[in-house]
Formats: sequence, C-alpha cells, structure tokens
Amino acid sequence: MRIEPRDHRPALLVVLGISGACLLMLLLGSLLIMSARAPVWASWLALLKGAFGSRLAISEVLTRSTPLILTGLACAVAFRARLWNIGAEGQFYAGALTVAALGAGMLNLPAWLLVPVLLGAGALGGGLYLLGPAMLKHWCNVDDVVTTLLLNFVMLLLVSLLIQGPMRDPMSMGWPQTEPVIDAVMLPKLMSQTRLHAGLAIALGCALLIALVESRSSFGLQRRAVGHNPSAARFAGISATRIAIWTALWSGGLAGLAGAVEVMGLRGYVTGDLSPGFGYTGVIIAMLARLHPAVVPLASFLVAAIFVGADAMGRAFNVPSYIADVMVALSLFVMLATSFVLTYRIRR
Amino acid sequence: MLSFALALHGITKRFGSNVANDDISLQLHRGEVLGLLGENGAGKTTLINILFGHYVADTGHIEVFGQRLAAGSPRAAIGAGIGLVHQHFTLAPNLTVLDNVMAGTESLWRPVSSRRKAREKLHALSLQFGLAVEPDAKVARLSVGERQRVEILKSLYRGARILVLDEPTAVLTPIEAVSLFEALGRMAAEGLSVILISHKLDEVLRVSGRVAILRAGRVVAVRAAHSVDRSALAELMVGRRVLRPPRQESRAGEPVLKLDKVDTRGGRGTRSLSGADLVVPARQIVALVGVAGNGQRAVIDLACGLAAPRAGILEINGRTIRRASAAGMHAARVARIPEDRHEEGVVGDLRLWENGILEDLDDPRFVRLGWLRLRAARTQTARLIADFDIRCTGTEQRTRLLSGGNMQKLIIGRGLDAEPRLIVACQPTRGLDEGALVDVHTRLLQARQRGAGVLLITEDLDEALALADRIVVIQNGRVSAPMMGPRYDVQRIALMMLGDSETRATSQLDHAH
Repeated sequence: MRIEPRDHRPALLVVLGISGACLLMLLLGSLLIMSARAPVWASWLALLKGAFGSRLAISEVLTRSTPLILTGLACAVAFRARLWNIGAEGQFYAGALTVAALGAGMLNLPAWLLVPVLLGAGALGGGLYLLGPAMLKHWCNVDDVVTTLLLNFVMLLLVSLLIQGPMRDPMSMGWPQTEPVIDAVMLPKLMSQTRLHAGLAIALGCALLIALVESRSSFGLQRRAVGHNPSAARFAGISATRIAIWTALWSGGLAGLAGAVEVMGLRGYVTGDLSPGFGYTGVIIAMLARLHPAVVPLASFLVAAIFVGADAMGRAFNVPSYIADVMVALSLFVMLATSFVLTYRIRR
Repeated sequence: MLSFALALHGITKRFGSNVANDDISLQLHRGEVLGLLGENGAGKTTLINILFGHYVADTGHIEVFGQRLAAGSPRAAIGAGIGLVHQHFTLAPNLTVLDNVMAGTESLWRPVSSRRKAREKLHALSLQFGLAVEPDAKVARLSVGERQRVEILKSLYRGARILVLDEPTAVLTPIEAVSLFEALGRMAAEGLSVILISHKLDEVLRVSGRVAILRAGRVVAVRAAHSVDRSALAELMVGRRVLRPPRQESRAGEPVLKLDKVDTRGGRGTRSLSGADLVVPARQIVALVGVAGNGQRAVIDLACGLAAPRAGILEINGRTIRRASAAGMHAARVARIPEDRHEEGVVGDLRLWENGILEDLDDPRFVRLGWLRLRAARTQTARLIADFDIRCTGTEQRTRLLSGGNMQKLIIGRGLDAEPRLIVACQPTRGLDEGALVDVHTRLLQARQRGAGVLLITEDLDEALALADRIVVIQNGRVSAPMMGPRYDVQRIALMMLGDSETRATSQLDHAH
C-alpha cells in the first residue's frame, strides 16, 4: 500500500469531504456532550443560540475573534516561511506590556497620533521578542519550536513580576495589574452597549494586507521562495537573512498587535490572565486556515463561536466549558484528516 | 539448449492515462552486455523498477534463468541473482568497504560475524573481475570510481548473476570509465549478464554486444552493436534526425571572467581553491573539466556570487568583486545555470512565471514600489515558453511538474533572455536526453556567437571537447593552464583529471596480479 499525491481533486470529493468533516465534527461533539450527561440536541441549540442568537452574542463572537485573527495571522505568516513560531502568547504579552507602559500617561501626544504610535509600539514589542529566536535559528540553527515556546514562560513570569512590582497600579487595591492606560488611548467602540471595538477592523485590515503582500508583492514572492527552497532562493540572489528578519518582525509584530489591541480595545490594563491562550489558539487557527491569510478571519470566527457558544451551553446545562477547548482541538484534527484525504490517495 | 539469463514477456505498466511501458519484451543472454538506451521518460526507470519489484506490471511477466520471478518483491529479485548499481550510491560512508559489502548479508542473531571468510570472498571477487578495492578503507575516503567498484562488488557478493548498471559513467573520469568497461567485459566473459543504461551513445556502442532502444514506452529496436552507428542510434532514440550543432570560428574578446591567484575557504564539504588562475574571454567557451569534488564547487560559488575569494582577485567584466552577491552577479549580466536544477535552479512549488522573474525582483519592469506587475511577469514567461519551446500547460503551472529538459530550458531561457556577457553553465546537460542536449548546446553556441563568454563546468569530457575553445582541468583545488582547441590531447587531459587515490588503486591492482 502506498500513499501518493492526487493529480487533481474532483469537485464531488471536495464537497463530500467537507460535509463529511462537518458531520464527523457534530458526531464527536455529541459524544462529548453525552459524556457530560447533558441533552445532546438542546445543548447544540444552546451553543448555536449562545454564539449567534442575539446582537450581543454576535458582538461577543466578533470581540473574541479579534485577537485570534491577529495571532492566527502571526502563526500563518511565520509557518509559511518555515519559522515555527509557537511563541505568539509571549509576543502577545510583549505587545500588551509595551502599550501599558507607554499608554498610561507617559507619552504626551495628540490623540490622533497617540493611537497609531501605541499600536506600532505594541507590534514592535512583539516583533523584537521573536527576533531573538528567529536569528538564533537563522545563524546557529537553534530549534525555534523550543526557544519560542520557552520564551512564553519567560514572558509570563516577567508579566507577573511587573504587575506585582514596578508596574503595579497603586490604585488597584492590591490586585496585581498595571496602571490603566489613559482614555485617549482607548479604541472606539463599533457597536453601542457591547464590547466590540475598532480592533476588529484593524485585524481584518491586517488579514487583507497580508494576503495581498503574500500573493502580489515582491517581498511575498521572496518569502515563499525562501520557504519552499532556501538554496534556490539564495542562488537567485534573495537574501535569506533579510527575509528571516522581516518574517520575525511581521509575525511577532502581529501577535504584539493582538496584545496591544486587547489592552486598548477592552481592558485598558494588563493582568496575568489577559490572554486565555490566544497565542496557542493562533497556531490552531493558522492550521485550520491552511496558512492562507485571507482564510484566517473565517477560522477565527468559527473558533470564537465555539468558545462563546460553549460558554452559553455550559451556563444552561452545567456542562464544563472546557468542552469548547476539546471541540476546537477536534475540529483541527478533523480538518487535518480531511485535507489529507483531499490531497493524497491510497493505492495498493 | 539456449536459455536466457533474463526474459521479459509483454511488460505493460500504466500510470493513469500514461503508458510508461507498453508491451515490452526483451531477452538477455548469458555472458552478454546489453545496452539499454532511451530518452528521459522513455520508460527505462519504470522497467528497472518492475524488474526489481518496486512496481508491479499491469500485464506481462519476467523469467530469470527460466524461472518465473515473483512480481512486486525486491527480495525475490535479489534472491534470483539480479543486482542493481544505482547512479546514486547506497553505501554507508562511515563504514569500511568490507562492512559495507557484508552489511545485511548476515543474520542479526549470529553471535559472531565471519569476517575472515567474507574478506577472502571479497578478495577473490575483486581479483576475478579486476575490481581493486582496499577492504579496510573507510568508504568516505574513497573516490567516486572506487565507491562504484564497492557497489558492484556488493552486488556480486550477494550472488548477482545479472547486473543492472544505471548511468554508471555519469560520475567517472574517462580513465575510470575505461577500467569499468574492462571489468564489465571480464564479467561477461565469466558468464555474467549485464544491462547497461546510459545516455552516452559512444560508450554503449563500445561496450555492449546488443543495444535495445526504448521510445515512448516501447522497444523500437534491438540491434547488434557492430551493425549501427552513433547517429543511427540517436535517430532511433529521438524518432527524428538529430545533429549536433556545428561550432563556428570565434575570436577571443576581452576577459569577462578572470581569477587571479584566487584562494577560497573550504567548508560545507567543498574543496577550496589554491592559487587558481582562470580567464574566460568574450566570444569563447572555456570548459572546466575534472572529477567531481576537485574544487568545481568553489569555482561555481565564485562565479555565481555565492562566495568571495579569500585571497587573490576575482574580476567580472573588468571590475573587481570583493563581496559575494548573487544579485550583484545578475546585475553584472552574468547568467547562471546551476548544477542542480531542483535544488538551486528553480523553486518547484512556485508557478512558472514566479520562477521566471525570481532573479529580477529589482527590475522595474516586473516590480513597482514593491508590488509585482503580474501582467508583465506573465507575458515575460509566456515569451520564454515560446522562444525556448518549453513544454508546459502554461505560465500558471507548478514548476516541479516540468520534465528535466523543460525545467532546464526555463532556467537557461531566464538567464539568456537578458543577453548576458558571461554565462556560467554548470553541468548544463546532466540527465538530459539527446534532443534536449542538442538544444542546450545550440543555445550556448549561439550566445557565444552573440559575444558572451561561457564558463562550462562539466564532468562530461565529450561535451567539453565538442563545445570548448579552451579546456582547463581542475584537480585537487588547482586549475591547470588552458589548452587551446579545437584539437585536444585527450589522453593528457584524462591523465590530468586523475587524482592520487586513483593511481593508488591502480597500482594496487597491478600488485595483486
């Protein structure tokens, strides 16, 4: 028995494969719900209603997907150039901390300038945090999975050091959190009486921009050339070092931007639980989107809907909301299996 | 009674709609050398894979010494006495010759291995067939020719009585090739049967008793070697008349590439140059010949902008180059045809048009303010496809789907389109069939006629003799003084190409007699 790539993909197979994947997802999810001793049909309904049932629900899904779009893009951009950035979580906090440090009154700029400057600073913070591992990989061949992953824990410890020490808000009544940023820094709301903020527009704009850069720009072509065949790219006169630096800055920058947007759009300050694993979920989203920047927002909406919906389901039927995590993970596996079936065939 | 060593009966193999082998029947006598010729894609590789059980034929069967061979089992093929010597060797470089030969022949459960017996057997075989090797030498230290001998001995040690050699001379010096042919002759005399797969028509004619020609999956002819000549074979292979392009007179111009006492750093497994002098004038083809691994890579890296000299002077078009820059070389109108098409020539996963402009990403024709000008890029590649007769489905095709010859045409087209002043052609026809080879040679000669200087780095001496105005030999990191054409002392060139290890092995063989 051998496995070989398909020459072409029949349309029927694609339709069957995708609908089969959805069915399999529903089936596995139902088993999970059953194992939590909840009514299956009613639970699914509660999940759907919780995610799409009201204006508030939809705004919540969009709010939740905003940082996910950015971390998902961060991972997609890196993975496409074979930089295995598992450290979006750390870069997210690097961006958030930068904004918290500069935005609490330290910079005195007019409002129209302050917001872009802080967004840029947050992105730069995240980008620089990835630059180290990327250069270690480029120059010394140090495994980037290990370094980026470990730097997440370094960053988490740094965050807890700062929010309990030098950056602790004196007015927080002892809670470990940073001083809130000034009001001028906060992003405008997109819908009244919801948490949805302009960060969504920023994230969608980034997705569009990156999709264009990847397919239509000289930089994107060079990045793809280096990603697929570094020695041919070198022979053609493309500097791999330049590409590696820019890839790290882009990828880390997007994750840092996610942190900046989360602080400037929602919280206003940094705590140790600012991110419920946005960085790690970004890896899943990038994979779900098959590394296509334009598909990343869709994958983010899907994952955010599962999270938000599962929260509602949990409240209604007392099902642990961890089920959402398992479902997201399952969807990744089902998607990988589907894309395998669509790309390869098995011959005897 | 006449019985065949090997008989193929009506072998057919389809891949989808493509018929790779179409009703192939062939017989191999005992003590015979059969040349197997065919262009790329004619079905040679498929046939060999079926013979060795890597593929199962759709119809037809194989008999070895009158016994039917089980299909789809490499073990059965080896057991029946078939041995394959691949173009790419399958030796463990950190083990000795003896260990490599013995590897896999003894059960893992045996408490002790009988090395003494194995050594005697290996010695006997190497005497019998004139294949001198040193049993205790580490394979890593052996020359390519010696490694090939080990590879052949490995098959013989396992009791092979039918030996299949896939492009065996592609990596050898002319003298190594002659000694290989002597060994093959001796094997045939001892009753072994040999199938020799090759692109080089002359050597197939020299060594084989009969020649079988495959074209488009069919056996189009089986001829006695003495009854055909080179051009008849080429015509049978390609299916039309092919003529090697004639070389016209051309007077040397200003130097476009000059190395003056250049030393390079070694490393990355490349041999460094020491005190290398080399001049490539405009309107001339200079061939750099030598056994693989004697410093060619260092010359290529210098001329392609991947490395800078450690000492000495490198000049392109009269300007001194101090920093390695592939993009800079391209800007100085140096067309570069890399050694390995897949590894360095193209990015297989990109589309044709993307590879077509990959070297021109600073060119305002194709890039404006960092954004690609898609229409211009596609038009450019469409023009290359038309001008260089690249067979493909269009500019959007993934480049890795091209055949070797068409991929090479894309690379050469991309390089020659900018009317280069220097062309660095590294093994430009390696693995190409006769038709594509003639095409590449014609293009190089045309470029020379237009005024370009060509540095041709090749291991194929015939190619150098056919094209070069001057030949230089590289050996152990040293570049010889140029020999001027059009007539060359082939014997002398061959001797100059030889390394120390080869003389050692030859003298040892004499000693053993």
